[in-house]
Amino acid sequence: MSQDNGEVRKMMIILSKATLENVYAAFVLANGARMEGIEAEMFFTFFGLEAVHKKKLEHLHVATVGNPAMHMPTMLGGLPGMEALATHMMKKEMERIDMPDVHEFLDILKASGVKLWACKLAMDMFHYKREDLYDDIDGVLTVGDFYKQGSGVGTHMLFV
Amino acid sequence: MEKTIANTVLKVNEEGYLTDFSQWTKEVGSTLAQEANISMTPRHWEVITYLQREFKNEVPLSIRRIGKSGVVDIKEFYQLFPMAPLKTASKIAGIPKPVSCI
Repeated sequence: MSQDNGEVRKMMIILSKATLENVYAAFVLANGARMEGIEAEMFFTFFGLEAVHKKKLEHLHVATVGNPAMHMPTMLGGLPGMEALATHMMKKEMERIDMPDVHEFLDILKASGVKLWACKLAMDMFHYKREDLYDDIDGVLTVGDFYKQGSGVGTHMLFV
Repeated sequence: MEKTIANTVLKVNEEGYLTDFSQWTKEVGSTLAQEANISMTPRHWEVITYLQREFKNEVPLSIRRIGKSGVVDIKEFYQLFPMAPLKTASKIAGIPKPVSCI
């Protein structure tokens, strides 16, 4: 008999987007794992790197174009100020349900034992340096390194 | 459901959370802690007392709120109750399972 009873022991969450709704989804999943006693690690790649970029992480937006759940015509979503308005509204709602802002959320994740990794290839592509990133990031990894981090029974990977 | 701890019959739900807080005693808490493999220290009890106070004031619990409590920070909370801290600590405290995702 296998020792593995199918339980989830570790979540490896890859964040590739910088839109607020995706960033929060990934953060909530990582934090929720820790709250259940499941290990969690995050890999920030491509635009997802903006969620750990010091100068950008406070300025992430909700996508108003190409987002059918916004229930507005795409043309309208592209108008100046629409993204800012939608973002403002979403942030207000988030505060109401006790959702932290991006920086505080990163602090919570770190304090909860989530490992945060930046993707080396994306760092090179965007010309980001280690010091551009959130101070408590655990390191810069290649994809191969990240997979190695996820080795073991009961690990699941998730791409956001 | 019912469960007997220290010669007392307690009302619990299917996950083992007390459904009647008035039945909670420190002895009950200690036994529930043992079941969760937690060796209680005075620091653990401080956190438990805080959770019970919040419960009595009907404040919904979340990891974020714990971090801002001034009683314990998130890092220490995870050190005290390593596996699923909010759930484990709530169970020991005899209060309902928290429903927060944050």
